[in-house]
Amino acid sequence: MPHVAHPAFLVLGAYATYALVGLGMDPLVAGVVLMPVFFLFGLAVYQFYYMTFERRGTDLGVRGIAFFFGIAFIVQVGLILAFGVDQRMVDASYIGTSIEVFGDVRIPQRMIVAFGVALALTTSLALYLSKTFTGRAIKAVAQDEGALRLMGANPVRIKRWAFGIATGTCALAGALLIIVGPVDPNLDRLYIGRTFCVVVLAGMGSMSGTLVAGLILGVAESLVLASVGTAWAPAVAFGILLAMLGVRPAGLFGR
Amino acid sequence: MRFLTGSLILIALAAVAPVFVRLEYFYFAGFVVLQFIVLATAWNILGGFAGYVNFGTGAFFAVGAYTAVALYKWVALPLGLQILAGAATAGLLGLGVGLLTLRLRGIFFSIATIAITIILETVVMNWTFVGGAKGLPILRPTEMPLYFTNYTQWLFLVMTVIAVIAVAIARYIQTGWIGRGLRAIRDNEGAAECSGVPTLKLKLAAATVSGALMGAAGAPFAQYLSFIEPASAFSLNYAVNALAMPIIGGTAHWIGPVLGAILLGGVQQIVTVTISSEINVLVVGVMLVVFVVVAPEGILGLWRRYVLKKAGP
Repeated sequence: MPHVAHPAFLVLGAYATYALVGLGMDPLVAGVVLMPVFFLFGLAVYQFYYMTFERRGTDLGVRGIAFFFGIAFIVQVGLILAFGVDQRMVDASYIGTSIEVFGDVRIPQRMIVAFGVALALTTSLALYLSKTFTGRAIKAVAQDEGALRLMGANPVRIKRWAFGIATGTCALAGALLIIVGPVDPNLDRLYIGRTFCVVVLAGMGSMSGTLVAGLILGVAESLVLASVGTAWAPAVAFGILLAMLGVRPAGLFGR
Repeated sequence: MRFLTGSLILIALAAVAPVFVRLEYFYFAGFVVLQFIVLATAWNILGGFAGYVNFGTGAFFAVGAYTAVALYKWVALPLGLQILAGAATAGLLGLGVGLLTLRLRGIFFSIATIAITIILETVVMNWTFVGGAKGLPILRPTEMPLYFTNYTQWLFLVMTVIAVIAVAIARYIQTGWIGRGLRAIRDNEGAAECSGVPTLKLKLAAATVSGALMGAAGAPFAQYLSFIEPASAFSLNYAVNALAMPIIGGTAHWIGPVLGAILLGGVQQIVTVTISSEINVLVVGVMLVVFVVVAPEGILGLWRRYVLKKAGP
């Protein structure tokens, strides 16, 4: 599915968290509370996509991509209209403090929180995809939809479920995003690069690969940030992505 | 023949327009609409005919604009040569992007074009000769060309000529063997390859022509605004508009992007003036999604279905 609106949903998650924090909620709690809401939202978006494109067989090629691109654009402009173009951030007890590790090395607490939650989220997703029946079906639908149908599973239900989970994850990931740093509506364009960079670097469908790829990208961005300067950092993810697409589109861990 | 006569009449009208239309805003808005006709037509050559969705219109547009600016600042190149140089550079970029990414199918090509945009924007942000992130004010030439008394009116004529050329190229491609080959690629690339269609060559040619036309559209941009800065030259709005206009107009025929650009460009000019420029970008997104869902073949499809009473292609 040409889902280019995913990063837009991530930024939407960050802003939803921001709105709930404004009501006095902890950002992490807000992220968890938002997950079922986003899950339902994802189900609805997929259902709409299915009814209007997949069932008519017009999803391939230009129109499917244009649909999601349009959705992403509407989310972005909607956020600008609702919140303005300024950067937004949230406050919590673990934001703005840091822990001394050893000697002079200090790690900001918000980073530890975000790292822990992100790791837990990725691990549970990986386990879900490899151990449960539905999870395996999600992997199968990506490989061969026809075969899955022959095995008696309904690919539409599986895809709807997968889309729901992916969108639900956006809520918590968005909360982490705004915990780690300020967020603005134009961020989704950068995250299209980061998201696809990680996925392509890892190889489609490789969950353990995404952890390694995410790490590589993170380190590469920090290195450029520290050595060349902040102005060049946005190009890193896209540079790696382009190089990877040109050299080895299957990714580091792809089959 | 009818097309040639029509084109010449249009150019002649744009050339004598200053005699009849005094309103400055007409040229200012008309330039933008014409610019979108070029961008939408260029996008359609690769996106509509061959089915490869380019999200990087802003990159090609800005490459054209910055090539022109750099050469203007360096050797004060005249406008005509600026446009040719902008088109050449953007065409080379199209060829390069094509070589790197046209082996990829579907969404990966599209993502790669976003990647190009961000990388080039970062490069230009750090290129001080053309002003970097701060931008660069451009002094227009003091001598007026031909009989013109107003530079915007001259740019309006220049953009009309570029638009007519762009549409003529799109029409030539569509009606000839190149168009048939590209359509075969869109419908089933594997089958096309097997039947002897030189798919890679055709895709590269389409990417080069499409990029060059976008660059030509971008070249007069700095002269038009008397200013250039990366954020507006690389704006996502170009990508969204260049994609939305052909889809709204209809991608199958060269007239589709023109219709879409006139409709959407016109609506945007009206909304910008009467309501606000933020609502105006929202209008594009909403219209894109509505058309994709309700009228997948665009205005041309609606025309075929309701006016000509024929089933869509």
